[in-house]
Amino acid sequence: MNLVLVDDIIARYRWEKAAIIAILQDIQREFNYLPQEALTYAASRLAIPLTQVYSLATFYRAFSLKPRGKHLITVCLGTACHVRGAVRILEKLERELGIKAGETTDDMRVSLETVNCLGACALGPIVVIDGQYHGQMTSVKTDSILKKLRKL
Amino acid sequence: MVSLTIDGNVVQAEERTPLIKIAEKLGIRIPTLCYHPALEPYGTCRLCTVEVVKKGRARLVTACNYPAEEGIVVHTKSERVIKARKLIIELLLSRCSKAKVIQELAEEYGVKEPRFGEGDEDCILCGLCVRVCSEIVGANAISFTSRGIDREVSTPFHIASEECIGCGACAYLCPTDAIKLEDIKGTRKIERWDTSRPLQRCSICGNYFAPVAQLEYIKNRLNLPEEIFQNCPNCRRKSYAEQVAALGHI
Ligand code: SF4
Ligand code: FES
Repeated sequence: MNLVLVDDIIARYRWEKAAIIAILQDIQREFNYLPQEALTYAASRLAIPLTQVYSLATFYRAFSLKPRGKHLITVCLGTACHVRGAVRILEKLERELGIKAGETTDDMRVSLETVNCLGACALGPIVVIDGQYHGQMTSVKTDSILKKLRKL
Repeated sequence: MVSLTIDGNVVQAEERTPLIKIAEKLGIRIPTLCYHPALEPYGTCRLCTVEVVKKGRARLVTACNYPAEEGIVVHTKSERVIKARKLIIELLLSRCSKAKVIQELAEEYGVKEPRFGEGDEDCILCGLCVRVCSEIVGANAISFTSRGIDREVSTPFHIASEECIGCGACAYLCPTDAIKLEDIKGTRKIERWDTSRPLQRCSICGNYFAPVAQLEYIKNRLNLPEEIFQNCPNCRRKSYAEQVAALGHI
């Protein structure tokens, strides 16, 4: 693993311990997940106990300790999305992709995740695909999105 | 100094003293699970719930971290407190139905079958182990991880921690006895943290007496005579006693 990349990221934040969350975000952007080696290295470079870094990394849903697929699908299961049928959308995605929420397809193409509110409840149910928000999701819309994703 | 009332006793206390300390001095017992006088209060088990009346309004607070304020009236055994505490115990019992401390509390408070099922978790997430490891020992081998229903105490990545010195402070403080510590044939094992640490043999009696890593850890921090790291406390005591006895003959 290229730990120089981690060094670069930390240097961008001037070895500031308080920037740990931003640093973790950047590490995740770089490697597509939070590799154990990178976390251990960052903790020692910043002189933060590894326990603290690990607590943070496992606390936020946005972080993943497992390699993620090329594409990331996040289904919002917040209250508003929930009552508008988000669970059905999620089940459909799970069926179509052959994985459960929190998993990645074997070919490492798609990861499926859930989140407990994106703060855009009026658009519910919402599915975020590679950072793009898709509101008022329906079963039909899910199909067309999956079709597009397969072509990417 | 501020003046406050606890269960009818008017007392003076240093401002911001946690209520539990004031109650203790008065001989009023408030049950606790996550509190330890040597550690920062954490307020997580809620068992120490008491009622505080301030400017005519009463509310439930946790005595282990609620600071003394001028003029407040505290009730530690009011009907409302007991009712709340019973519910807390019931919830704890639902999580850890096999833990002895919780069973004893349930017995004391007359909590029968918990309505929310009988889980067999052994950890109540009180955080005593985490806090002693970071605040007192300074090893930072374990911490809370994940959140919500997945929250638990573990080493980073759930693998043996290099930081753990095998001191066993966590096991010693755990109220539910969830951390098992075993010394077998020169090795200390703490199964929950997936850790084994070799033990040091006493140079006099040959018994194992402390993890090597712990002795190293102390050595690096404190300037103590070498024999502390070579000989077990028993043999040291004996040899001191002999030295003192020898003095007596002079
Ligand atoms: S393992 Fe024991 S001391 Fe640690 S949080 Fe759980 S109950 Fe508390
Ligand atoms: S002892 Fe006060 S909340 Fe646990």
